[in-house]
Amino acid sequence: MKKFKIITAIVLVITTVVACEKILPGTPPDDELLDGPVEGLSFEQNRQFLAGDVAFNDEIFTSQNGLGSIFVATSCGSCHAGDGKGHPFTTLTRFGQTDSTGNQFLHLGGPQLQSRALPGYSPEQIPAGATFSKFTPPANTGLGFLELVSDADILAMTDPNDINGDGISGVPNWITLPSFITPNSNAITQNGKYIHRFGKKAAAHNLLHQTVNAYNQDIGITSTFHPQDVYSGLNIDPEVSDQTVHSVVFYLQTLKAPIQRNQNDAEVIQGKNIFIQTGCESCHKQTLKTGFSSIAPLANKLFHPYTDLLLHDMGPGLDDNYTEGNAKTSEWRTPPLWGLGLSPNSQGGQYFLLHDGRAKSIEEAIQFHGGEAQQSKERFQQLSVQDKNNLIKFLKSL
Amino acid sequence: MRTIILTILSVFISSVAVAQIDPVLLRRTSKDTSGLLLNMDAVYNRPFLQLGKLPVALGGYAETNYQYLQEDGISEGHQFQMRRLTLFVSSSISKRIKFLSEIEFEDGTKEINIEFASIDFEFAPLLNLRGGIVMNPIGAFNQNHDGPKWEFVDRPISATQMLPATWSNVGFGLFGKKSVKDWVYAYEAYLTNGFDDKIIDNVENKTFLPASKENKNRFEDSFNGSPLFTGKVAVRNRKIGELGLSYIGGVYNKYEDGGLVLDKKRRVNVYAIDFNSVLPKFNTYISAEWAWVYVDVPETYTEQFGRKQQGGFIDFVQPIYKKPIFGFDKSVMNAALRFEYVDWNKGKFKSTGANISDEVFSIVSAISWRPTEQTVIRLNYRYNWQKDILGNPPAKLAGFQFGVSTYF
Repeated sequence: MKKFKIITAIVLVITTVVACEKILPGTPPDDELLDGPVEGLSFEQNRQFLAGDVAFNDEIFTSQNGLGSIFVATSCGSCHAGDGKGHPFTTLTRFGQTDSTGNQFLHLGGPQLQSRALPGYSPEQIPAGATFSKFTPPANTGLGFLELVSDADILAMTDPNDINGDGISGVPNWITLPSFITPNSNAITQNGKYIHRFGKKAAAHNLLHQTVNAYNQDIGITSTFHPQDVYSGLNIDPEVSDQTVHSVVFYLQTLKAPIQRNQNDAEVIQGKNIFIQTGCESCHKQTLKTGFSSIAPLANKLFHPYTDLLLHDMGPGLDDNYTEGNAKTSEWRTPPLWGLGLSPNSQGGQYFLLHDGRAKSIEEAIQFHGGEAQQSKERFQQLSVQDKNNLIKFLKSL
Repeated sequence: MRTIILTILSVFISSVAVAQIDPVLLRRTSKDTSGLLLNMDAVYNRPFLQLGKLPVALGGYAETNYQYLQEDGISEGHQFQMRRLTLFVSSSISKRIKFLSEIEFEDGTKEINIEFASIDFEFAPLLNLRGGIVMNPIGAFNQNHDGPKWEFVDRPISATQMLPATWSNVGFGLFGKKSVKDWVYAYEAYLTNGFDDKIIDNVENKTFLPASKENKNRFEDSFNGSPLFTGKVAVRNRKIGELGLSYIGGVYNKYEDGGLVLDKKRRVNVYAIDFNSVLPKFNTYISAEWAWVYVDVPETYTEQFGRKQQGGFIDFVQPIYKKPIFGFDKSVMNAALRFEYVDWNKGKFKSTGANISDEVFSIVSAISWRPTEQTVIRLNYRYNWQKDILGNPPAKLAGFQFGVSTYF
């Protein structure tokens, strides 16, 4: 009888173990996550994605492996939790440039304030007379698709003289390339300058440019691409390998595009219609397409980022009197709206929207719009409560 | 270090070889059965084997386990692990001079540590001098951590990741114990080498006291020349249980080098309370520990590294079947439950004024079978909720662990 009880107990335990899949935490739905690769990568590409994932999310920099001595964050993942938008905790401060003549405070630590320091060191202060702006880290998701939009397609969306009279006059940010960037074969030039597309002011040409600058300016990590130490100003040995940089770039290129949720919901469909009718889509372009890529899942694809990658005058309310490249201080690159509804999952449960996180809700972000977006904002303000709710619901579905 | 290990291993292996020839020569050393043992006694209250009349006694324990854990749908698969092999050597040099050492091989041979190697001089029950590598008595788990004593495969998160168990260091100190009827009182006080600045500059990306264990020089060099003080007082009542209050603190940073002042002296202070008891009617064993960590982190450093931490665990162990099983006369089956929590970074963001999150909560249930007092076979189910510094939706980890641990 005793043996029977023991055997029964053992069988019960084994049954429980076998049933473990029911009581182990499952994968959250794909449309609730921003991280994860695009579908269809090869074996070798998956391995490179994983290497980049580890370097981006798991590699923590300390004083032993190159952090600082002055810095903003200790890892890439510190600013982009789950590859989503960042939090004011890791908001960047940039200073020192007010027009296209360049940054006048490079000799005093510009363009980025190194707001933290290793023990024994002092962080930077904004120099007297320098204007500044705060930049909340953006989401990383779908960046590979944005990188592959051709210059010709971007230029086709510009309307610098507002010929169509809709009040929208987007322009690209033309900037001279840093020496470590090789332009694409079909890149379009203007007086030796190239279209830049990443960052709040569209001051980064491609993801290599963005990644190298982020290692250097955000974490104080030198590379062969950018060997200058942010603290001493001297060129020093690389603190991150070329291979790691390339893996991180590949990781960013192959992060999947956000997946819209509830897109068949009647209110979401209605909200999308309102989004177009109010003119939001004039800048937040719904659909773009990629060109050729050696990464098959990214090549020649239509995708829906809700951006035109162009600079727009957003009015005096969002003018911090700071800029980059050839953008005016009131001009900001249209941020992609895909993934917007998942922002609270990476921002600590709430929204920190617009370039500096000043808007705590989507509605508040719309209310801050001005300049070229003034008309759209006014149309939004005139909507019924139900229509406003539908529009917000649509934006949260992205 | 390698020579010491090889010597101890050769003594151990040769004694086992002798025992195979004539096992009668091996005998168990006598144990304190007064029932008034404290956590501080754990280091000597272990099964040792003595060979004939040799003054040296040997012992040890091993821990091995299988686990299948899954975090948010992603698993590393089936893992078999040899977590620890620990060897003890004790010697009664004279009636009141003792030596004890404990050498631990963790994760195969990934880590080899001398966890304890001290000489104890007893001048009076309330006045003992201890010198060598001592286990700093912060909390209870650091003193009483042997695998076979616990019903759980994993050691408590708060004890091993917030507090740095097993944390030992070189130094000297005093300890003593006095029994009065149903009560026993004890104290310990040590000065040892201390922590270093890795506690706020490490790849864990959080204030992490165990990071100082990476400094292999700590057994010969103090990082900053400032001693670390560890003190504990404990009291036990035969009917109620044991209560311990402990403190460890000192300067952790290199404030001076080559005669130059580099920084101000920055302290780490840790306070802990521990308790254990047996509920009389149910025979339920309860063991709990809670600690608070305060670190003087420079204001201009990143908030990623917390200035305050707190956390602890509480274990409930309920014997459910105390009868012979498979011929093991003193067999006991237990059901056990552990709740544990750590807030790695207690404070508020300067930028928003909102709470910094970075915390973990865990529940572990267990069924264990002790065929003998010194051996445990245990099956655990763990569920963890880990929130990042921003308080985003928690990463959920759960899984099964099956393990065996035994003294030998």
